[in-house]
Amino acid sequence: MKANNSLAFSPSEKVTGWRLFIKTIGARAYPRVIGMQREKSWMFFDVFLPLLAVSAYVFVYRAIGAPEEYVGFVVVGGAMTAFWLNILWSMSSQLYWEKEQGNLALYIMAPNSMMAVLLGMALGGLVATTLRALAIIVLGSLIFQVQYSITSFTQLIAVFFLAMTALYGMGMMSASLFLLFSREAWHLANLAQEPVYLFSGFYFPIKSFNFWLAAAASFIPLTLGLDAMRQLIFPSGALLGFLSVKFEITVLIILCVVFLAGAKFLLDYMEKLAIREGRITENRR
Amino acid sequence: MNHSESFRSFTMATWLGWQVESNWADPFLFAIYVIIKPLAGAAILVVMYSIITHGNYNSPLFPYIYLGNAFYIYVGSVMTGVSWAVIEDREHYKTLKYMYVAPINIPFYLLGRGVSRVLIGTVAVIVTLLVGKLFLHVPLDITKINWGLFFISLFIGVTLLAMMGLILASITLMIVNHNFFIGDAVASALYLFSGAIFPLEVLPAWLRPIGFAMPITYWLELMRRSLIGNVAQAFPTLARFSNLELISILTGLTIIFGIASIFTFRWCDHRARERGLIDRVTNY
Repeated sequence: MKANNSLAFSPSEKVTGWRLFIKTIGARAYPRVIGMQREKSWMFFDVFLPLLAVSAYVFVYRAIGAPEEYVGFVVVGGAMTAFWLNILWSMSSQLYWEKEQGNLALYIMAPNSMMAVLLGMALGGLVATTLRALAIIVLGSLIFQVQYSITSFTQLIAVFFLAMTALYGMGMMSASLFLLFSREAWHLANLAQEPVYLFSGFYFPIKSFNFWLAAAASFIPLTLGLDAMRQLIFPSGALLGFLSVKFEITVLIILCVVFLAGAKFLLDYMEKLAIREGRITENRR
Repeated sequence: MNHSESFRSFTMATWLGWQVESNWADPFLFAIYVIIKPLAGAAILVVMYSIITHGNYNSPLFPYIYLGNAFYIYVGSVMTGVSWAVIEDREHYKTLKYMYVAPINIPFYLLGRGVSRVLIGTVAVIVTLLVGKLFLHVPLDITKINWGLFFISLFIGVTLLAMMGLILASITLMIVNHNFFIGDAVASALYLFSGAIFPLEVLPAWLRPIGFAMPITYWLELMRRSLIGNVAQAFPTLARFSNLELISILTGLTIIFGIASIFTFRWCDHRARERGLIDRVTNY
């Protein structure tokens, strides 16, 4: 009798090297992007909630008689909170969640690079979060009639991508640190929310701070990214900018290199440390 | 109702909630955690205000914003605290099913789990008020505070929030996805509509009725009036109401929410048992 070929075991093509690296990135990014299509209730929670916060801050500015461009500052800042929340809850603490669910050991056992796993998380998170941020900007701009005046599309796109690269590099770096955490991971991510909204100037221009405080806050890529974007899209943005856009772009490039290299170094180190201390499969609830 | 069982459920849950909330870190780190988040939230508003007004903290609007935001800490803490207990026990610790088979009263257990958040929230509120008084000229004068009104309003307000938290916890029993956010969603909505950080007159006219329907609007007004008296009464939103009228409204709404929470819990609890949702893990 002739065997049924469709049931025969056929090993898939063995992928190694950079192909495996790319494939791992795609595989880890896939659930983040596809998950959005399968579970559409995110639109309510991930767009509606930040929009409520944005609205509250807009009405505060209106109550104290602020110029209308501050409303635009809040809308753009509110949209960018989506990226910070994504970094905190879906990048930094992701390896902790994976450990809790038992996936982390599988990631490490599999013959792929952990760096590729983190890059995939970052890429998928970036695509998904950009859609959320865009929805907040569009809705916020329509509701509060925000006027934009873009001075340079090229610089705006460069600033956005550099800020995101540096930010997600930072997220990858902190993910490796969170590898060692247990219950405290949730609390530490929760703790890092409002202080960063404050120091990165999500709802006001960072120039309002003392120079050195603003310079220290620039360590978080969103600080300079947001400041540069505001300078490029609002007529009075340049007057309220912390540094010149060109200088901020230069600093963002440096931050990209520092955070991506730091992520690679820390991930290698922390993975070894976590394996040595037996924390990959621990579950201290 | 078995009173000893209800009391035991409440006190045991209070102790358990405190352990869950606090024993993940040493006391120093925990203390920092408790105060940094609310202070940063308050600082955002302070910076926004000072940029526009060039640091004019003498305007009555500033204490209005500052005190509203400070007491709003309770809203997030209590409501999310009670509802979050369902998620923690069901999804994280996977112990909700054991709580159900234990000889305890589940609504009192859930309310007890929220008490630790009330304590943490109280510390955060006190620190926020102290910072306001010491560094930002918030006109808090300990000799002029209407302590009677303050404690009565605080008690009724926290009870109201606990009842709202129980309603959210009941709904959380039924929700499959994104139930992590229900407390935050409601707290965010109330933040916008309850006049916590700006007078309701700033809202478009068609949105103001939502604010007047929210019990927290009246509670925050009472807290402000008890602390800074005439300054709070200067705002037109609720100026036509006397303190007694505001307390009556708040008490009435608290009773309504209390009754609603009992019926909501009974219904959601029955549905959750019927559909086998008590030990569900959604992994979101």
